[in-house]
Formats: sequence, C-alpha cells, structure tokens
Amino acid sequence: MSQLFYVWPFVRLGLADVWRHKTRSFLTMLGMVFGVASVIAMLAVGEGASQQALESIKRLGSQNILLSSEKPPESSGSGAGRSKLSMYGLLYEDERRIRETVPEVLLTVPARMVRRNTRFSDRQMELRVVETEPTWFDVVDRPLLAGRVLRTHDREANANVCVLTELGVRRLLAAEEMVGQLIRIGSGTFEVVGVVKNAEGGAVQAPDSEADVYIPISTGKKLFGDTTIRYTTDGHPEGERIELGQIIVKMSRTEAVEAGSKAIEAMLARFHKRKDYKINVPLTLLREAERTKKTFNVVLGAIAGISLLVGGIGIMNIMLASVTERTKEIGIRRAIGARKSRIVVQFLINTCVLSIGGGGLGILLGVAIPMVITLTTDMPTVIQPYSLVLAFGISAGIGILFGLYPAMRAASLDPIEALRHE
Amino acid sequence: MSVSQMEEVVRLEQVKRHYHVGDEMVHALDGVSFSIKKGGYWAIMGQSGSGKSTMLNILGCLDRPSSGAYWLNGVNVAEMDDNELSDHRLKNLGFIFQSFHLIPQLTVRENIEVPLLYLGLPAHERSAKANELAERVGMAHRLKHLPTELSGGQRQRVAVARALANDPAVLLADEPTGNLDTTTSVQIMGLFQELHEQGKTVIIVTHEPDIANYAKSRIVLKDGRVATITEATI
Repeated sequence: MSQLFYVWPFVRLGLADVWRHKTRSFLTMLGMVFGVASVIAMLAVGEGASQQALESIKRLGSQNILLSSEKPPESSGSGAGRSKLSMYGLLYEDERRIRETVPEVLLTVPARMVRRNTRFSDRQMELRVVETEPTWFDVVDRPLLAGRVLRTHDREANANVCVLTELGVRRLLAAEEMVGQLIRIGSGTFEVVGVVKNAEGGAVQAPDSEADVYIPISTGKKLFGDTTIRYTTDGHPEGERIELGQIIVKMSRTEAVEAGSKAIEAMLARFHKRKDYKINVPLTLLREAERTKKTFNVVLGAIAGISLLVGGIGIMNIMLASVTERTKEIGIRRAIGARKSRIVVQFLINTCVLSIGGGGLGILLGVAIPMVITLTTDMPTVIQPYSLVLAFGISAGIGILFGLYPAMRAASLDPIEALRHE
Repeated sequence: MSVSQMEEVVRLEQVKRHYHVGDEMVHALDGVSFSIKKGGYWAIMGQSGSGKSTMLNILGCLDRPSSGAYWLNGVNVAEMDDNELSDHRLKNLGFIFQSFHLIPQLTVRENIEVPLLYLGLPAHERSAKANELAERVGMAHRLKHLPTELSGGQRQRVAVARALANDPAVLLADEPTGNLDTTTSVQIMGLFQELHEQGKTVIIVTHEPDIANYAKSRIVLKDGRVATITEATI
C-alpha cells in the first residue's frame, strides 16, 4: 500500500552509499558496464551485418528461383592438348518446360552471360555482358540511375541498345553522361539507353551481380550466336556452347517458392544427364541467413551472459562486505522494528542502485561503440531499441539476483548480536 | 483488579530464560514476575551477571522468554514469531541505548524519521513529525547535521526523539547516561523526568544508583531473580 514512498528514501540511501564509496562503487560497476556495453555493441554490429546480407538477398527477389548453368565435373580422358567443344548448361527447352508445367510460375527470364571485348571511344575493356529479356528488370531490383531499362520493343526489333551498370560505366573510365553514347561490344555497335545501380555487395553474391552491361537477348543471339570460343592457357582454342547462362523463375507468390524449386529440380534432374546447372533460392538463402543470425544471437547471448555473471558476482562480493560494514545499522533498524523483509528490501535496493547504475553507464558506452565503429570503418551498425530495454532489464535482474544472498544474510543477523557489533 | 490490569503496560509472569553454554545450562532469568502500570517511572538495577541485559532484551522484544509469559500493552510476546515481534517493537517500544546507536550516514532528521518510515508515513507527515520531535528534545536547530557533528548529549537527545517517534507504550533506556559526563547526564535525566511528567511509561536499566534514584520505582535483580521491588504510590 504505502510501498512507494517507503522505497524512495532507501533509493536515496543507496545512492548516498554509492557516492560515499566512489572508487569502490565505480570499480564494482565496471563489470556491469562492460557486460551491458558489449551486449548492445555486439547486437548492433551483428544486426548491421545481417541487415546488409538480408538486403542483398532481398534484392534477388524473395519470389524468385535462380537457375544458372555450371560447368559439370570434367569427364576424364578427353585428351589434353586437343581442341574441343564442350556443351552444357540450361536450354531454352528447360525454360519452356518450366513455364508451361510448373504450377504458379508467373514468368521466366532467360539470360546469357559472356565476357566480351568492349570499346568506348579510345578505351578498350573486357566487360561482362548479360544478354537477357526486358522482363529481367521486372524480376530483379536494380534501381535506374539514368535513361531507361530495356523494353519489349528492343527485343522485337533486335535493337542494338544496351543498359550499363554503374560499375560498367566506371570500368569504361567514362566520366561523361553515358546515355545516348555509342559503345562497341564485340562486333556490334550499341547505343547506351540507360544506367542502373549495381547489386549491393554483401555476404551473398547474386549470380548476376557481376554484370556490367545488359543487351537484348535476341540481339545477342543474332550477333554472337550460342557459342563462345576461348583459348586455354596452353594456346588451344576451347569452345563452349551454353544456350542459357541463367533462368530466373518468378513465382506468383512467396509461399509457392519452395514447392516450385523442388518441382524444377526434379524436372532438370530428369532431362539433364549431368548436373550442369545450379539452383539458388533467395528465399532459402534468406531463411539460412536468418538462422545464422539466430545462432549468432545465441553465441552472443552466452558471451554476454558470462560477462554479466562476472559483473554480478563482483557486485555480490561488495554487497557482502557492505553487510559486514553495516551490521550495527542493521541491528539498530531491527531494534526499532524493521521486519527482516524490510532489511532485505533495503539491501536489494542498494544492489540495484549499483547494478542499474552500471547498466546505465553500460548503455551509454554500448551506444557509443557502434557509432565509433561506423565512423571509423565502413561497417554498418544498427542499434536495436529492444537491446537497450533488455540491457536495463538484465542489469536490474542481476541486481536482484546477486543482491538476494547478501540481503538475506543481512536480514538473518540476530539483532542483539548486531547491536553489540563494533 | 480489572482496572489495574487495564492500566498495566508491562506484565511478566514466571519469566525464565536459559542458554546453553557448551554443556552447561545458564539460567539468566529464573522466574521473574512483576508488572508496571501506565505512566510508571522505573529503574531496573542489578550487578553485572544479575540478568539485567537479558531482562532488557526480553522487555525490548528482541528476545523471547524460554518459559513464562510477558504481556506488553496487553499482548503476550512469548508466543510471537519474528515478524510479529518486529511489528510489536515498531508500535509499542522506544529504545534508548548507552552508545546512542544513531545511524551514522543519516542526518538528525533522517534518524528521527526511521521509525516513521517503517510505520509507512508519507514524506510530508514524516517531516512534520520529525520537526515536532526535534523541538521537543531541543534539537530543532540541528536537523540537517550528521550524528558525528554532535556532542554526546545532543546525540542522546536525538535518540530520545527517535524513540518517541512512534508514540510508544514504553520508553526503554539502557544505561542512557553511561557515555555522558555528569552535567549532560543531569540534563538527559531531566528530559526523562519531563517525559514522565507528560505521562510516558519509562523504564531505565542501569547499574548506577545515582541514575536509578531519578526513577520513582525500582526493581533490583540478583542471580536472575527479583531481589526487591519498590513501587511508588501514585
């Protein structure tokens, strides 16, 4: 009933006690300070990293399934030194089958990736060229910086137009406005119609993140065909025929992604004798990233728990010393008529003043550390509001938990003995 | 009979208190009976080893009799548990100690407020009461001081103010002048005299006849028993 105005004088008494033993209190609090600060700072760093990873995965589209061609393991004994033509990878046929037979497929986007010699004015560079459908820009999030993306019309007209990425522009060492400029890719001349942002780098590399320039797939096929010839290191020409480098499958809803990817996997396994493809599901990556984050949080929690435990023991130690020091005071209070429980409350409040004081300083430090990290390095940090509440709650909890034993010891003193104590 | 019982603040019946010291049984109190009426001014005397300290602890509800009964303000203390004993002290007793026993880190005001705090009085009532009590013992000008800044006599006045805070049925003083010089002792005993005249029941436990002489009635303990009782006729 009258508990509230009963508690305040003891809070003041606790504060006064902390102030009287400044050095001792400060040293005792340090354990809590570092414990709490490390919880907040580590959570902020972890959250920053995982948000960055999640962001890059989300850019791939959570409704998407990414299929890409992959060179199968070399079948042995194919005579070294001889020129050869290897054929592998995804086919237009695969794309058609997926579109027509897998339920809930919204659309499929084929893409071919080839490195090609590119020239802009007097500069020459090997760029990574993605030949694709205009719908590519509908399924993958790539913000437009200037001009426009590819259009249906470009494909129908086999137009010689291209969209550069920011990185592509930089590779060409182009300082000026690129939209409207002409660049030479392989044997064709292309007009730059737009510039888009690159995929954000992060923990998970998107399969297309290395693209420098996009051209319509129909134009690419007409100009370059399906075969690329490379020369191996010992000078022999080596041909590769890959129909499609990549197929992006967009499902109608996120819930259909898992079933869709299983169906696609089964279908590809049936029609491809060798495993010359790879399936990436951003949603699965997302889940994995979230699971990783959970594991990280558990590890973090354990470390934080240990440091807070150490801090709590430090506080308990000091409180036990304080009980001995204040034996006479306890005797006086008991003689006046304080119940044991009131002595317990008094000492608990005293411990909480220490632990919450330490927790408060820890929160300040814990907020400052991520700021310094972000300022001095490029690492993003996100201070979670809940971590502040958590830290405060934990420090109060530690105060009660580790204050309980000294408080009970204080309360169980025999008042007659305590009064006689010098 | 019933009228006098109504007026009895303290009543002991065959109170015994024994301890085990090693294998031996020590009978600190060995069947003590007496009663004290409301408004009485008593001295409890005895040599060291007479059971005086044990008597003080039992009268002060810090200890319980091994057998027998002790009624303080009409309730038998012998059957109480620790919480009930604490509450009983809080409501009915005012302690005054030889070495004052003020809490060193609290100011005079805060020391006087300690019992009021446990009684659950809100801050403004505590403050008003502390002013009034300090005034009563002549310490109103020292409310913000710490005990270490006061003389012995001043400390004992503060202790008296604290003992009066709960308006107790009995003021129990243990050698209240034991740490004071003669002049100050006289002043403090004057304060007790005033309180007695205001109708307080005062019990002083002492071994000094000079101090005991201030009281109107007297109990002398010897070897854990009552040797003599001299009760003033009011």
